Amino acid sequence: MKTTFERPESLQDVVTHYCPGCTHGVIHRLVAESLDELGLRERTVGVAPVGCSVLAYNYFNTDFLESPHGRAPALATGFKRLRPDMIVFTYQGDGDLASIGMAEIVHAANRGEKFTTIFVNNAIYGMTGGQMAPTTMPGQITTTCPFGRDVAQTGMPIRMCELLSSLMTPLYLERVAVHSPMHIIQAKKAIKRAFQYQAEGRCFSLVEVLSTCPTNWGLTPSSATEWVKQNLEPYYPIKRFKTPDNSGAD
Amino acid sequence: MAKILMKGNEAIAEAALRAGANNYFCYPITPQTEVAEYLSKRMPEVGGVFLQAESEVAVGNMLYGASATGKRVFSTSSSPGISLMQEAISYIAGAQLPVVLINIMRGGPGLGGILPAQSDYFQATKGGGHGDYRVLVLAPSTIQEAVDLTMLAFHLADKYRNPVMLIGDGMIGQMMEPVEFPETYKESPLPEKTWAATGAKGRRPLIIKSLFLDPVALENNNIQLFKKYEQMKSEEVRYELYKVKPDNQILIVSYGTMARICQTAIDELEGDGVSVGLFRPISLFPYPEKELKAEVDRANIKTVLTIEMSMGQMLEDVEKAVCGAKPVKFFGRTGGIVPSPEEVKEQILRLVTTASGKGLPTRRGGETWIS
Repeated sequence: MKTTFERPESLQDVVTHYCPGCTHGVIHRLVAESLDELGLRERTVGVAPVGCSVLAYNYFNTDFLESPHGRAPALATGFKRLRPDMIVFTYQGDGDLASIGMAEIVHAANRGEKFTTIFVNNAIYGMTGGQMAPTTMPGQITTTCPFGRDVAQTGMPIRMCELLSSLMTPLYLERVAVHSPMHIIQAKKAIKRAFQYQAEGRCFSLVEVLSTCPTNWGLTPSSATEWVKQNLEPYYPIKRFKTPDNSGAD
Repeated sequence: MAKILMKGNEAIAEAALRAGANNYFCYPITPQTEVAEYLSKRMPEVGGVFLQAESEVAVGNMLYGASATGKRVFSTSSSPGISLMQEAISYIAGAQLPVVLINIMRGGPGLGGILPAQSDYFQATKGGGHGDYRVLVLAPSTIQEAVDLTMLAFHLADKYRNPVMLIGDGMIGQMMEPVEFPETYKESPLPEKTWAATGAKGRRPLIIKSLFLDPVALENNNIQLFKKYEQMKSEEVRYELYKVKPDNQILIVSYGTMARICQTAIDELEGDGVSVGLFRPISLFPYPEKELKAEVDRANIKTVLTIEMSMGQMLEDVEKAVCGAKPVKFFGRTGGIVPSPEEVKEQILRLVTTASGKGLPTRRGGETWIS
């Protein structure tokens, strides 16, 4: 019988701890498929964040480092500077990257560190139980803004791709989503492209992926994907912000 | 190799290079910035990596990532900068990676000042970051010793897969002395770095981490760490005796720059017929407790005098080692003030002229003890 679908070699054959309806699993798979297809697995080192994906190292079939809160870009910088021949990626959530690790990602991007960041944005702190993130939407209820995010007190949600786009150095920035098959196909292309650029030693690359958190949003998995479409996509537009070829930008 | 005149900070930088550390991550802070300036020129010459980071927080974590390659990595900083690195130091200790850190101490707390101090002793030897861990700490008192101990620090970091910290002060960093670098640096064989992340080619993926959600696994990890610290205690105790003689009535305990000043005072008192010896710890963790106790237990020793450029931090380790066997007195200056040999002599003479040091101000007595 012909095999039409199988687990990527870059993923381990284990059950993950992610909640039902969370799209970390989809994003993990897209990263793994990209590494497989580009033949990079055996020289790849991932850097895990703090947050829901802290255990990513248990699921990827590559070497992994586990980082303090927000510091994955600093670890990746240290590693990649000493081993430019290896493929390094950080996998970070919104609290990790846009809050406590804001300085590290901005400066790593600005230095043009030649690693890849997969930025998973679900607009909430997942692992600690649903607190407000810098990416939480206005009016969105979380455990630390129980009356909804008040932008007069906390400012507007931070759009990382737009913010990083203001820098001259980072050359590949793209925002994608994974709440429909079409979006997943687009996201795969972006993630693979980011690793391709790194393999060619070209540039820092960041792919922001709009993700779900049914558990902390208090929604069913199917209504969570709808919530992404209705609430996140209008504010966080799916867009290719920059490419090193300066082609294909919207 | 002939001796050359070098500034302490530059000599430390050169020593690290010669120990095979061709990678340096840094953030400028007085009084150690010359290390960064020196290496910004030298690293490109040896094909190494020099990177000025956005903060000491990032530096600490760059070291964490860089050391995961298995190469020798290091950074230098000064007190407030070392504080910012404590996050990474805890993780590096937890993940069991070799990293060398050099703290050219200045006065604190807070922003403090930029002049020499020894007030980071607690931070260096008792933790600094969170969790059950220790850092191996070495304290040079000359620039030559700073060179030798910097080279040794890399060896010990690899031997124990643990952070090793060299603590000097602004004086060590800023003064110039003749130094000699070994032609070839020989060290005993080290185990192969099978723990380094090199890509999962032909083997199971390797994970470098300090996260153990299962409490039994975390306890086991901490027990393993503590076995390592016990090994350090049996193999890495270092100290020096200066003019320790059977007729000494007073034993000074002092380290680093302060110990050198004590040596001058001791030399001058010797001419005046006052016999004082010096016990100088070189390893601050592990602390030479048994060795100090053995010296203190000698019959003629009436008083132990601890002298530091702090409000009395090593004093606690001295008191612990002496364990009540003899009176322990303290003299210190803080805030960036370096005591003169005359001040030290005055303290010693006060001890000599009062039986067993009675009447000498002590911290425990609640009297003022700063001259």
